[in-house]
Amino acid sequence: MKFIPAAVAAAVVVVLPFFLSGYHQGLAVYVALYFVAILGLNILTGYTGQISIGHGGFMAIGGYTTAVLSHYEHWNLILTLPASLGVCFLVGIFVGVPALRLSGVYLALVTFGFAVSVPQLPLKFSKFLGGSNGLHTDHTVTHLWLYVVSWSCAGIAFLLAWLLLRGRTGRAFRAVRDSEVAAASSGIALPIYKTLAFGVSGAFAGVAGSLLVLATNGFAQPSEFTVLVSLQILIGAAVAGLGSLWGVVVGAVFIGLLPSISASVPLIGSSHGQDVVFGLIVILVMLLLPNGVAGLLRGFEPRFKTAIKPGP
Amino acid sequence: MTALAQRIGSMRKSAVSTGGSIPVVLFLLAAAAFLVIGSLSSDIFAQQTVAGLAQGAIFGSLALALVLIYRATEVINFAQGELAMATTYIAYQLTLWGLSYWLAFFLTLPIALVLGMAIQVVLIRPVQHSIIAVVIVTVGLFILIDGIVTWVWGADLKFMDAPFGNTVYHAGGVAFSRQDIGVLAVSILSVIVLWFLFQFTKIGLAMRAAALRPAAAALVGVRVNWMLAIGWGLAAVLGAVAGLMTEPTQFLQPTMMQAILLYAFAAAVLGGLESPAGAVIGGLSLGVFLNLIGQYIGVATPELRLPIAFLVLLLVLLVKPTGLFGRKQVRRV
Repeated sequence: MKFIPAAVAAAVVVVLPFFLSGYHQGLAVYVALYFVAILGLNILTGYTGQISIGHGGFMAIGGYTTAVLSHYEHWNLILTLPASLGVCFLVGIFVGVPALRLSGVYLALVTFGFAVSVPQLPLKFSKFLGGSNGLHTDHTVTHLWLYVVSWSCAGIAFLLAWLLLRGRTGRAFRAVRDSEVAAASSGIALPIYKTLAFGVSGAFAGVAGSLLVLATNGFAQPSEFTVLVSLQILIGAAVAGLGSLWGVVVGAVFIGLLPSISASVPLIGSSHGQDVVFGLIVILVMLLLPNGVAGLLRGFEPRFKTAIKPGP
Repeated sequence: MTALAQRIGSMRKSAVSTGGSIPVVLFLLAAAAFLVIGSLSSDIFAQQTVAGLAQGAIFGSLALALVLIYRATEVINFAQGELAMATTYIAYQLTLWGLSYWLAFFLTLPIALVLGMAIQVVLIRPVQHSIIAVVIVTVGLFILIDGIVTWVWGADLKFMDAPFGNTVYHAGGVAFSRQDIGVLAVSILSVIVLWFLFQFTKIGLAMRAAALRPAAAALVGVRVNWMLAIGWGLAAVLGAVAGLMTEPTQFLQPTMMQAILLYAFAAAVLGGLESPAGAVIGGLSLGVFLNLIGQYIGVATPELRLPIAFLVLLLVLLVKPTGLFGRKQVRRV
């Protein structure tokens, strides 16, 4: 019974490209890559309780890894994906180390600084990384290729996350989230699990960044990885609701499709209407669903866990 | 999520107030002495220091706006910079209608107050029990305000009259622009007025009480919700000042406050997020530091200004995890 939703979702993803035009396949690619990124953020924030608003930084590193390997070394594009997974895992662990000393808002703003700083580096090292013009992969790919690859990544990421979170590691993550002191007293090594969560989370975001570069005709540019990308992933995670794998699907669809839907609303008759509509919808969704889709789903579950209602 | 929010809440409740510790104060005094000696011995150094202070005063006032909201509601307001930008555009519109710069300036402040309060009442209050939801609403506001301003006024550069003229003063071999001095004076003055309001008026006392112990404040008759709304209003006023003081150097465009907001984040965290004085000192130090680094260290090209700011932030936080003036946190198990 547990696997029915997953099987249905997989079937939809497999059948869908036969009914979609190239443009809509392109949109579906964005949904897939945001899915991977939000999943990463959810592992870190939703399951381990470490707040990050810096996932755009990991995406930038992943994206540039793909571009560099393809541009200079002419790697097969698919092989660059595990490469950026590895690179971003290491960077994630590196970022996770200072995070051991920080918590809450302080941690959030340091990660935000990370997201702001990374896209400045290609501007500084413009000879190697192409400056504001960006770096191009040595060839581009079709919509269908990208659709298949990105949704395969999404499937693998979902499977990895599920395997990681269901067992010993997942229990340790949740224990760290719920109470660090209690987790440490039960023998959970806080430094290891916190940095591990950062590494895994960063690795997922890195793959999403690689996919983003491939989806933008193979261009890695600083302007693709602005602060707004980090904020969008945060919006997606909040819409998804933290700590639920299924909510992530809704969050990814939300930020993957909403910009193009709000662009088609003939409200103002100019391209700036898009931001107005997008901002309004984000605010409205939060006012209606402050705990995200996960909160909505949880509303249907029997509540045997909380005999005493938690305060505000 | 509520569990997390609750934990953050209980951590705050059991925080111990320490104020600025002695090593921090000594360190800042040493830095100030270094700046004074440097300025006396080198003209360029003095010039860069004053320009840095003017820039830092803007960081500081926006950082103070962030701190005001953080103290009251425990959230980082991502829309603070865009709100400042929008109110600057309102002032611009007033000058287009024929008002003088300073008349427009003083008319914009009450408009900003009402705007900030309205946002708190309409958008923030309904979700204020969930920290994440509030943060996302401010992110949505960021996008919304950006869209509205671009829609109404367009994305191209706009210019206002120079509020302080273009006079340059010479003292010895050092050139000070009247604009830098003016920006510094206005920013510092607005901070002092605000401090006065908080420290010596009844409403200021009520606001501090509402921020520190909402339940207890409500029991003694403080209207906590209104105090939170006024907090947002005052933050918007400070933001408007910051925006109007940014305009002479950056000119008007929808993105004008985005980088400044990031420096203000860094300044606020540097100062400890809970401490108004810390935010101002954090802003001033960051402004001066970045200017001097840019002048004397070759690697620190403009592209690296932001990374350097956050690197400094990281280093400070590694030594003092709650910022220079932050409170020590005692965790309840």
